Amino acid sequence: MAHGPAKGIGRWLFTTNHKDIGTLYLWFSFAMFLLGGSFAMIIRAELFEPGMQIIRPEFFNQMTTMHGLVMVFGAIMPAFVGLANWMIPMMIGAPDMALPRMNNLSFWILPFAFALMASTLFMEGGAPNFGWTFYAPLSTTYAPDTVNFFIFAVHIMGASSIMGSINIIATVLNMRAPGMTLMKMPMFVWTWLITAFLLIAVMPVLAGAVTMMLMDINFGTSFFDAAGGGDPVLFQHVFWFFGHPEVYIIILPAFGVISHIIPTFSRKPLFGYSSMVYATASIAFLSFIVWAHHMFLVGMPIGGELYFMYATMLIAIPTAAKVFNWISTMFRGSMTFETPMLFAIAFVILFTIGGFTGVMVAIAPADVQYHDSYFVVAHFHYVMVAGAVFSGTAAVYYWLPKWCGRMYDESMAKVQFWVSFVGFNVTFFPQHFLGLAGMPRRYADYALQFSDWNMVSSIGAFMYGASQLLFLFIVIRTIRSGTPVSEPKVWEGAEGLEWTLATPVPYHTFSTPPEVK
Amino acid sequence: MPTNPVRATLVKLVVGAAGMFLFALFVMPPLYDVFCEVTGIGGKTGSAYQVSEAGVDTSRTVKVQFVATNNGAMPWEFTPKVYEVRVHPGEPTEAIFYAKNRTNRAMVAQAIPNVTPFGAAEYFHKTECFCFNQQPLDAGSDADLPLVFIVDRDLPKAINTITLSYTLFDVTDRVDGAVAQLN
Amino acid sequence: MSRRANMLFALVLAPVMSLAASGKVLAEEAQRWAVNMPRGVTSVSNAIYDIHMIAFWICVVIGIGVFGVMFYSMYAHRKSRGAVAANFHENTTAEVVWTIIPALILIVMCIPATSTLLKVYDTSEAEMDIKITAYQWKWQYEYLGEEVVFMSELATPETEIYNTAPKSQYYLQEVSEPLVIPVNTKVRFLITAKDVIHSWWVPDFAVKKDAIPGMVNETWTSVDEPGVYRGECAELCGQGHAFMPIVVNVLEKEEYNAWLSEKKIEVAAIRELTKKTFTLDELMAKGEEAYNRSCASCHMANGEGIPGVFPGLKGSAVATGDISKHLDMVVNGVAGTAMQAFGGQLSEVDLAAIITYERNAWGNDTGDAVQPIDVLKFKQGQ
Repeated sequence: MAHGPAKGIGRWLFTTNHKDIGTLYLWFSFAMFLLGGSFAMIIRAELFEPGMQIIRPEFFNQMTTMHGLVMVFGAIMPAFVGLANWMIPMMIGAPDMALPRMNNLSFWILPFAFALMASTLFMEGGAPNFGWTFYAPLSTTYAPDTVNFFIFAVHIMGASSIMGSINIIATVLNMRAPGMTLMKMPMFVWTWLITAFLLIAVMPVLAGAVTMMLMDINFGTSFFDAAGGGDPVLFQHVFWFFGHPEVYIIILPAFGVISHIIPTFSRKPLFGYSSMVYATASIAFLSFIVWAHHMFLVGMPIGGELYFMYATMLIAIPTAAKVFNWISTMFRGSMTFETPMLFAIAFVILFTIGGFTGVMVAIAPADVQYHDSYFVVAHFHYVMVAGAVFSGTAAVYYWLPKWCGRMYDESMAKVQFWVSFVGFNVTFFPQHFLGLAGMPRRYADYALQFSDWNMVSSIGAFMYGASQLLFLFIVIRTIRSGTPVSEPKVWEGAEGLEWTLATPVPYHTFSTPPEVK
Repeated sequence: MPTNPVRATLVKLVVGAAGMFLFALFVMPPLYDVFCEVTGIGGKTGSAYQVSEAGVDTSRTVKVQFVATNNGAMPWEFTPKVYEVRVHPGEPTEAIFYAKNRTNRAMVAQAIPNVTPFGAAEYFHKTECFCFNQQPLDAGSDADLPLVFIVDRDLPKAINTITLSYTLFDVTDRVDGAVAQLN
Repeated sequence: MSRRANMLFALVLAPVMSLAASGKVLAEEAQRWAVNMPRGVTSVSNAIYDIHMIAFWICVVIGIGVFGVMFYSMYAHRKSRGAVAANFHENTTAEVVWTIIPALILIVMCIPATSTLLKVYDTSEAEMDIKITAYQWKWQYEYLGEEVVFMSELATPETEIYNTAPKSQYYLQEVSEPLVIPVNTKVRFLITAKDVIHSWWVPDFAVKKDAIPGMVNETWTSVDEPGVYRGECAELCGQGHAFMPIVVNVLEKEEYNAWLSEKKIEVAAIRELTKKTFTLDELMAKGEEAYNRSCASCHMANGEGIPGVFPGLKGSAVATGDISKHLDMVVNGVAGTAMQAFGGQLSEVDLAAIITYERNAWGNDTGDAVQPIDVLKFKQGQ
């Protein structure tokens, strides 16, 4: 029954193969990453000096909004879904995902949704300009007409995420090879299983929020409009009830990747497997009950504010445990520092720094000074870029040789790592200073005392952007002409079912389930 | 290929997702409103209050301030007649806001109340209020808008100043036929 | 601690502390290359600065410890040094220890955090109340009970923003009229918004609160030192988000009282006129009467003037064109002609009514209604 892939464009349009769909997701996410990145380049170019040099403030607001939306929903989430599609079936010894045709649909609606959203840049009224968090009434009563396209696009990509999550849960719960109990599953599978439940719980809430927006804008309801008895603050509660679990949705799969790479290059098993599983589950559970720490300044009564502060600080505990576990994995191992390991180590350091600033912003009275400033921008870029994006990059270097049977150029990749690392830190470390000095976020222009660090940050951004183009070059060159690799265990220290398969992996794998001891 | 267990999982998850969507749309807003009304969080005050025979607490005086804001491009003149009063808890007191429609077209307004500090909102009762209804005014007309309020005797001792603010919204477009009823 | 430890501590701490100390606000000059939050000029800002620094140092110490272990391991446990991997992969005691210790550290941090938050929230016993209303894209300040209210908008000219003029020292941090408050006085702020959500932030006071339409939030401050303090809008509110700064002038009490008295007189005058806002019909009625009284002798009751002697107003470019030009001619007269400067002769009410009448009578029908406040503003703008 198994045969090779179909030919031509039809292969990609109609594929139900998890490897092909994983590839589609990954290329799509990288294209979105470059799109969102070019919006960031425009932002940083404008912020290079005080004054409006390149664009007008109205367009700047479109750039910051689209940068956030494209990066969160178009780049980082699809990238990890792509990794999930590629790796989960192989890691559990399954031939494919549980619902292959729904898998195809989940992917193909994404380019449509993002083409729709990006096209608003060229429509009258311009693209969404109310921040990726789209608070009402700026996003309802005061929004451009294109907001309806934005809402439609959000619904579509939400549906994609929900379908993808259903697929992942159905696959992991029903299709593991005999002998693979839940507590024998690889960490990447565990983190995705938990993430998929989070997605199913909260993406519909986002859908609810944008539906309420749609109704307020077009059908005369007053969910968020005080005039009709509604409340703009209700929007924030509904949005952040989605929004906080969303950031854990972004980071948990990234944690999973690190839990594979560090043991491989330390040649030592992951330290504390069960506590890593429990920590991940605790983080996921806690993520539901801390949302209002994004709202410390809306005018919450003190009891609520204290509760959310305490609950938020709690999340630091399981997260710290994970960091300690990774370091304990490295400790007394036998380490080599190929590029995936470099990115994974950088993840541990820089994500931890982001975690520190996270604890700082959780302190509600101090948040009076941090909220809506560049300090918060620095915090979330540390956890999302040096966290999730570095982890995704590490995953590509780690698994690409397995996928295509060719090794990337290690020297060039190390250069790419260092340029990324330095570029990232030069961009975002000074943003802590800007926030502390009093510069708010989403500012198209700034007072003169903020000039110096803004210039430094912009220089770093151009450097980081260049390093991503280098990454693209390295990946394409590897696929086309990298040194062939044929060992199943591409990396000496790699363990797991996926490393028992031939390199490059065949189009169909585990048509017969393996035995797991 | 295992379809039955997969289908069972699929059905459960679809129901779960749909449930969360309906929860967000139909449970979260009313839950939020009820929570706000019961706790006074957000400064929301309730609807008309039925006076009980609790009597007046003359041992305490509470300062009540009045604040008025026009929302958006609302062009009416809208001010409290008096900036503050001092009342005893339990004592019904009248306050008046003045509104004038300065334009040359008939309009309808809605006043939305808000009480600060939020902890006082559940102890601030209105037995009559112009905010309970929409306010139509002809072009050039003005009106004295009354409210009667009582500060609950159980107002926490730590609260001595209450600020009642109204935001006035233009709801002319939302009101079908009401404008035609003027003159 | 031993003397050597003390010295080491001071050596490490001193440069950082001086950096932090330099964060103590220089009220008139904001620092370039600033790396830290200002200590600020209120007890709350100092309390927040302290807890910020406590959290920061705890994170630094933990970071040094954790990364130290990691860097050591990367050096000592590398394969190229001949390290052989051990096989341990769990240790319940370690897990318990590194769960409990962070938990304890966080609990300890919660104590000053809680007490500081209680301070931030304590708006009781305020000595004065100021209502702050956020607009797209400016602030309105109202001194409750004093009948003083005014707008405060960005004073930086567009030419500086669009780079055709050099930027001044307080680029984007100067306003048409600052908020003025007295030193050492507990001021309560009632904050709301007219349109979308904004946020009022003055870092030197450590005051920030969202301004939400339909809702009034409260916060407070008591400033320990006179000076000029600058802040920003801190919630995305549209294209002017970066262009609606806050400036607060904190004065000694006697100076503040003097300012307030002057302001009340100024505002009372405006309020008198503002109170008398008229509808178009009212202005027309009054305008006709005033026109016939003061203008018709030359311009004629039918607005046609006397050709060649006194210009007609019916269908004229002045009466149907730019309002400020029209205002200018009536208020300031026209030099070298018989047209007098009526600005000093007639009240603002009469002037507004006349101009309105001239713009709408005799088929001119511009629909313009000029209010007395407009005339006052025009006069003050000269």
